[in-house]
Amino acid sequence: MFETLTNKLESIFKRLKGKGLLKEEDVEIALKEIRLALLEADVNFKVVKDFIQRIKEKSVGKEVLESLTPGQQVIKIVNDELCELLGKTNSKIQLSPNPPTVIMMVGLHGSGKTTTAAKLARNFKKEGRRPMLVAADLQRPAAIDQLVTLGSQIDVPVFFSKDVKNPVVLCEESIRKSRVDARDIVILDTAGRLHIDDSLMNELKNIKEKVSPKEVILVADAMTGQDAVNIAKNFDERVGIDGIILTKMDGDARGGAALSIRAVTGKPIKFIGIGEKLNMLEPFYPERIASRILGMGDVLSFIEKAQRSFDEKEAEKLQKKIIDESFTFEDLKEQLKKLRNMGPLENILNMIPGFNKIKNIEVDEKELVKVEAIINSMTKKERKNHTIIDGSRRRRIAMGSGTTVADVNRVIKQYVDIKRMLKMFKGKKGIKLPKFFPF
Amino acid sequence: MGFFERLKEGLTKTRKGLIEKVESLFTGRKIDEKSLEELEEILISADVGMKAVEEIMGSLREKTKKGEVNDATSLKEVLKKEMVSILNHPHPLVPSENRPFVILAVGVNGVGKTTTIGKIASRFHSKGLTVLLAAGDTFRAAGIEQLEIWAKRANADFVKHQSGSDPAAVAFDAIAAAKHRGIDVVIIDTAGRLHTKTPLMEEIKKMKRVIEKAIPGAPHEILLVVDATTGQNALRQAEMFNNAIGVSGIALTKLDGTAKGGIVFAIKKELGIPVRLIGIGEGLEDLRDFNPEEFVEALFS
Repeated sequence: MFETLTNKLESIFKRLKGKGLLKEEDVEIALKEIRLALLEADVNFKVVKDFIQRIKEKSVGKEVLESLTPGQQVIKIVNDELCELLGKTNSKIQLSPNPPTVIMMVGLHGSGKTTTAAKLARNFKKEGRRPMLVAADLQRPAAIDQLVTLGSQIDVPVFFSKDVKNPVVLCEESIRKSRVDARDIVILDTAGRLHIDDSLMNELKNIKEKVSPKEVILVADAMTGQDAVNIAKNFDERVGIDGIILTKMDGDARGGAALSIRAVTGKPIKFIGIGEKLNMLEPFYPERIASRILGMGDVLSFIEKAQRSFDEKEAEKLQKKIIDESFTFEDLKEQLKKLRNMGPLENILNMIPGFNKIKNIEVDEKELVKVEAIINSMTKKERKNHTIIDGSRRRRIAMGSGTTVADVNRVIKQYVDIKRMLKMFKGKKGIKLPKFFPF
Repeated sequence: MGFFERLKEGLTKTRKGLIEKVESLFTGRKIDEKSLEELEEILISADVGMKAVEEIMGSLREKTKKGEVNDATSLKEVLKKEMVSILNHPHPLVPSENRPFVILAVGVNGVGKTTTIGKIASRFHSKGLTVLLAAGDTFRAAGIEQLEIWAKRANADFVKHQSGSDPAAVAFDAIAAAKHRGIDVVIIDTAGRLHTKTPLMEEIKKMKRVIEKAIPGAPHEILLVVDATTGQNALRQAEMFNNAIGVSGIALTKLDGTAKGGIVFAIKKELGIPVRLIGIGEGLEDLRDFNPEEFVEALFS
């Protein structure tokens, strides 16, 4: 793993004793690291240049806050500036006073337009609107089938034609159709195209002129590299865009493209796509992307992710079990399963700031599988009452789970430790077990 | 039009900006820190990646200091040589003696796997080989239909199951069918998957195991499809797919845009995985063998 920016900056500023003002030569060294971090995160090099200049102006001579180390102070300035550049949370899509509201999805090949169109339609439907999807991608083989399939999954009608060969005509027809069917939202899924393809870019312009969409949304892949500026600039200049949706944010790309695109277009990033399933579209939060670009962990996302897996009611149930001291192997199994549902353990741990300071931490997913297998090999009785698990039962469990008696012993000991820890929670009044902590 | 012209034409858009910059840098100027810095920026803007950039520039700086390079023209030659030496010699995708020769195509979502497979099938067909395509993307809506259309275009046999079925079973059946029919090349499509999704990476490992069982030693080629527009994450993708199933070659797609695909230098440097093919358009014939010298030449000429 790369050394994180926070670690690097802290080591740079370590020799700076105490507080005081940030000096130019120190800032200079720090900025070198920040530049590197931004470039590694795929922020366009010109954008980085401007950004670094601004940070320099803001940092030199600045007083270090009482509660911060110089390294943290610089990070804070960088983070604030990044958030500022990334814009505010703005996930509203403008609606036309006279329906239908037409939304046009544009972008390169494979950026995720079709899936995102379906996700948006689903959102509108949930709000009680009557969306319609339009299969205007007449280029890619089976693109129409793809949208029709997605439409049926979310129960939203899809307008398509296998005879019309001109997407401009098709889009115009779709608007007429939406009026007949009283659809108040029309989402046009256009074909992927290169931003330097003159005829195809003109085609988009024609569609826009003919159907006057309320919003043109550029769908961009979060993994995009330096070229993000060219793509965004061309789509904005030639077609004109109103907003951006960043897709594939569920990967581990640092997402510097977000900053590049914002810097050249100034248009708001409205949503981010975080998975292939159609409910995986989230509002864009600049703070989260900022810390991701800087490689500083993402506390907020972590907490939200955790909360999604451990809802309130279950947390209460768990709380009660702890109070009753009836936390069994059965419960432990359940908790482990939830933890695994949150995604690869390593990703989750990386989201916790400070965790990346513990170098070379190897999270062994296999170990978790082992624990689960051991619990699965216990009888119901054993899971409810671990004290009956004697030597012969341990041997059986080891055989059944394909582990060794030593493994079984270790798991039982860990369980007993957890139980003891939980007792301590119970003893302290008013301490609420963190909702997201599995055991 | 000859191959070289086509490649050059395909890469013209790619290199145009770069060349102009490099030329302006090299003509009539002594090498100083500023020109080296500008050169560094050109590499960065091609997505070469900071680590590779720093190594390449470090070696250039050293040579300048030693006086081995003292004018702009030789600087350019040294840089070109350096870049070509990273990519080494060409590694085209040529089926070995094994029949059927099995290719497994993998990659993250939206990089152009299905399109690339269609083009490879067409190329093999035109060389007189029989090809069978296996619809292993059973996840995406209409993923099967998309490949089916390509199979028709490329005159290839086609094996599919229902949408949502086990992709490993599709692969197994496809190989069985290919053996039975005496097919030369089997290309197995897979669903796009982010390399960070453990269950999906387990699924692809299983696919490989099943293929190995069907034919010992297969898949003979595991081709990772990489979008040239992708930035530094492409290295992570290559790393993770390589760890999971072992990648034997890269197909670099979408080089007909303005992205330069410079990340392949880092992938070759760090993991030793060669680029075999490049995609330069949506047409059946828009596929080229990757040639390091031509690639670098096209970037710098």
